[in-house]
Amino acid sequence: MDTKKDIDTAETKVTRRDFLYLTTGSFTVVGAGALVWPFIAQMNPDASVKALASTEVDLSPIMPGQSITILWRGKPVFVRRRTEEEIAEAQAVEQTDLPDPETDETRVQKPEWLVMVGVCTHLGCIPLGNKGEYNGWFCPCHGSHYDTSGRIRKGPAPKNLEIPSYVFLDDNTIKIG
Amino acid sequence: MSDDYEPQSTVAKWIDKRLPIITLFSGHLMQFPTPKNLNYWWTFGGILTFCLITQIITGLVLAMHYIADANLAFASVEHIMRDVNYGWLLRYIHANGASMFFIAVYLHMARSLFYGSYKEPRELIWIIGVFIFLLMIATAFMGYVLPWGQMSFWGATVITNLFSAIPFFGEAITNWLWGDYSVSGALLTRFFTLHYLMPFLIFGLVILHIWALHVPGNNNPEGIDVVKGQDTVPFHPHYVVKDVLALVVFMIVFAGFVFFSPNILGHSDNYIQANPLQTPEHIVPEWYFLPFYAILRAIPDKLGGVIAMVSAIAILAFIPWLDSSKVRSCKYRPLYRQFYWLLIADFILLGYLGSQSATGIYLILGRLATLYYFLHFILVMPLIGFIEKPKPLPKSISEPVLSKEEQLAKSGQTA
Repeated sequence: MDTKKDIDTAETKVTRRDFLYLTTGSFTVVGAGALVWPFIAQMNPDASVKALASTEVDLSPIMPGQSITILWRGKPVFVRRRTEEEIAEAQAVEQTDLPDPETDETRVQKPEWLVMVGVCTHLGCIPLGNKGEYNGWFCPCHGSHYDTSGRIRKGPAPKNLEIPSYVFLDDNTIKIG
Repeated sequence: MSDDYEPQSTVAKWIDKRLPIITLFSGHLMQFPTPKNLNYWWTFGGILTFCLITQIITGLVLAMHYIADANLAFASVEHIMRDVNYGWLLRYIHANGASMFFIAVYLHMARSLFYGSYKEPRELIWIIGVFIFLLMIATAFMGYVLPWGQMSFWGATVITNLFSAIPFFGEAITNWLWGDYSVSGALLTRFFTLHYLMPFLIFGLVILHIWALHVPGNNNPEGIDVVKGQDTVPFHPHYVVKDVLALVVFMIVFAGFVFFSPNILGHSDNYIQANPLQTPEHIVPEWYFLPFYAILRAIPDKLGGVIAMVSAIAILAFIPWLDSSKVRSCKYRPLYRQFYWLLIADFILLGYLGSQSATGIYLILGRLATLYYFLHFILVMPLIGFIEKPKPLPKSISEPVLSKEEQLAKSGQTA
């Protein structure tokens, strides 16, 4: 049997027309995609927003037991200088008691300084400090309780308060972001 | 291809029975019987629709970042240019899109004038078109004010001051327009509102324009009535493909401006923030307004100049009745055709003169060109219909093509 003849039958033959359809179609899809892209991308955070994406914080005025709230990327960041009791309390918690298990050590770089995004992981409200059943934070919107490490203990929030990326530039300065 | 399109799928049938939108679109965008002899001058309708949609989409996106406030507008435009992702591209498309829009609309109008597309029974299509053109002018002018640069500010000052030429109420009207005693932030916010609104009004008029077109159907290069079926082909795929090819060529030119010389059609003074205490040395409108600007300056009287400029546009609406000839296409009007090209040359000359300072020879030429512009419509158009002996019209739109083929065949035999 002649295989060449088989390929050349009307049904299997690849014609110039097929090639033209395919290339035209591909170019149209790629072109349309390239055209649509800028219209989607323009809604992403722009260069002026990205330029403000890191913030430096001076820690020296904060006494043990005090905390400050600073604005980073339009969101509040809690910086708390924890007391010895708070640290001990946070470290003593059993992992099995936690809805979102995390040790206190993994949530801090230096035990004294707790830095976290002050946005409730439920629906985005700002929790209140020194409140709630676990001596930490309490969200007034839907009643989520966080402990002295900012971990969720009770209420509808699914996750612990988020820890932003930050570095200690020196003992008294951190850079968030 | 029948006109009575029947939807095939169950879902399509269900929808179409309740809202015959599929039948509507298929009737008007797919099967619509279109003369088979349309040339590329007929592709500008589709191109203009593309321009309008481009302006609306890029405009919506720019409005997400623009701030209509006298203190913030200029900075927000620079923010778009420097910070917003692809903001430079979107703004350059929008700014050059306005120019491309006017290139296309002038060619579209020139096509109608040459082939007599404004004549019975298509008068209303033409008149709606004149209103679309008028709205385009208003929209483009207001859009040019929004960046609040020097040209924006002083362009707005000059144009709004045209209203002060109105006797007795001039000052009251300009103050009302400004919402102030001079061009200020109050004008900027209302211009932004109207600039946002008008494209949608244009869109509405475009639908009426196409609706009115689809009653008698397209005119054609021969300017004679077509026999449906014998002389027509379905719009899709024949003219969809032709329109798309023309559109691609148009987009190449468009992209050339956007990517290689985005500011060539603009004026560098508009990159200086508006200063109410200093007028730039040369106030020049955007290129597409230059012919009308030349007419404004040609008349040595404030009110007279304004009346002349407004009349130059308004007179277009009366063309269907000013032209006394029964023959539509200039192909068969040997005498009028020459005056047609004279009008086109005159309009281009006016555009050039509008870009020059109105002194000496430029002013004299400007007055002559303005005179001819009006004489063409109120004298030449009505008279030539009576004087001219048109060439014999073909019996069908196929005849010129067939006779050409016959001639070719003959010359082939003799050779």
